[in-house]
Amino acid sequence: MTGPSKEYDDIPGTFVFDADRSREGYHLNQFCISLRLGKNRDVFNADQESYLDKYPMTPAQRQAVLDRDWNELLQLGGNIYYTSKLAANDGITFQDLAAMMTGVSRDEYRDMMLHGGRSIDGNRYKSEWENE
Amino acid sequence: MARVTAGVGCSHVPAIGVAMDTGITEQPYWQPVFEGFKKSREWMKEQKPDVVFLVYNDHCTAFDASCIPTFALGCAAEFKPADEGWGPRPVPVVKNHQKLASHIAQSVILDEFDLTIMNEMEVDHGLTVPMSVMFGQHGVDDEWPTLVIPLAVNVVQYPAPTGNRCYQLGKAIRRAIDSYPEDLNVVVFGTGGMSHQLQYKRAGLINADWDQRFLDLMTEDPKAASQIQHLEYLRETGSEGIEMVMWLVMRGALDEDVTEVHRHYHVPASNTAVGHIILENQT
Ligand SMILES: [Fe+2]
Repeated sequence: MTGPSKEYDDIPGTFVFDADRSREGYHLNQFCISLRLGKNRDVFNADQESYLDKYPMTPAQRQAVLDRDWNELLQLGGNIYYTSKLAANDGITFQDLAAMMTGVSRDEYRDMMLHGGRSIDGNRYKSEWENE
Repeated sequence: MARVTAGVGCSHVPAIGVAMDTGITEQPYWQPVFEGFKKSREWMKEQKPDVVFLVYNDHCTAFDASCIPTFALGCAAEFKPADEGWGPRPVPVVKNHQKLASHIAQSVILDEFDLTIMNEMEVDHGLTVPMSVMFGQHGVDDEWPTLVIPLAVNVVQYPAPTGNRCYQLGKAIRRAIDSYPEDLNVVVFGTGGMSHQLQYKRAGLINADWDQRFLDLMTEDPKAASQIQHLEYLRETGSEGIEMVMWLVMRGALDEDVTEVHRHYHVPASNTAVGHIILENQT
């Protein structure tokens, strides 16, 4: 991202969807939200490439959509409430999407949640993640 | 006169709605989530509010990225449940108390809170899930047992309004309701939270100790809760935990001193910590 560093930049594994991200991701997010409606999903699923032509997103964003690269979509200005609509189109739930974004199996993720979720300890600062 | 008698804090996880709509609330995964709302439903039946003032957020459903109001007050006659990508929830249309809604709009704007007024709006799980857990299952052809005034708060694009701003707005809403001449029992809902992160590599974050302290502050020291900074919400409760600022609108609308009549906390519902509290005004 461009611009000065932000006070929340040192939180690990997190994108804060601020005005800069919102600006970069605008057309990507508007594409995603269009999939909220079944009639649009039908058109998209029939021909993804030409549907995407209607949204002037960057080539990288477009490729990330086609690749369903969920983390890359966030990196490029997507917001989870928007990208989850693309996931829902593909039959992926919020929880399964979370498993994909964190790089574990759906069972592993579900099990982590059943045992109290991801602990806050060791997950507050990027410096705590450096030894991984 | 209209009076605010109580406040309800409540998570609004979409999967809770799905569990109710598909009839799996007795399954072992969901049973402890719903167990904690049994008392709430009984309380609600005795409370019989005429109007619920419901603070929630839209999850990129009715509002897309083209227009992002910080505070949007629902002034339409009714609000249909929105299709969020898997069809609208099979719950009743939400009916407004339009006259009270317009009175609140006029009053708080003159009180220097510059609201957006929504005369057309659909509502998503952020509003309908708290209705379902507090009032029980109601079908499409049924009616909710109360009128509802929705207040949608932006918590999706950073920054959400500060906790303090939400708390002060709650106080202004209270002044507006107090000055409305019709005899009405109003209960205020603050929804969302508690700790959760839905995105990227820290998804699944839960901070139960922090959540419990927040619930304590709701009862005992709302002023302190109103001073929690955004950075603390983001770091300690996950990127989506910042939804908890909406509870402060509810708390601002209550008396300084309240009685906690019920509390419920459970992990997990999908990716989220479920928190719930009922606070009654003493006067
Ligand atoms: Fe929410």
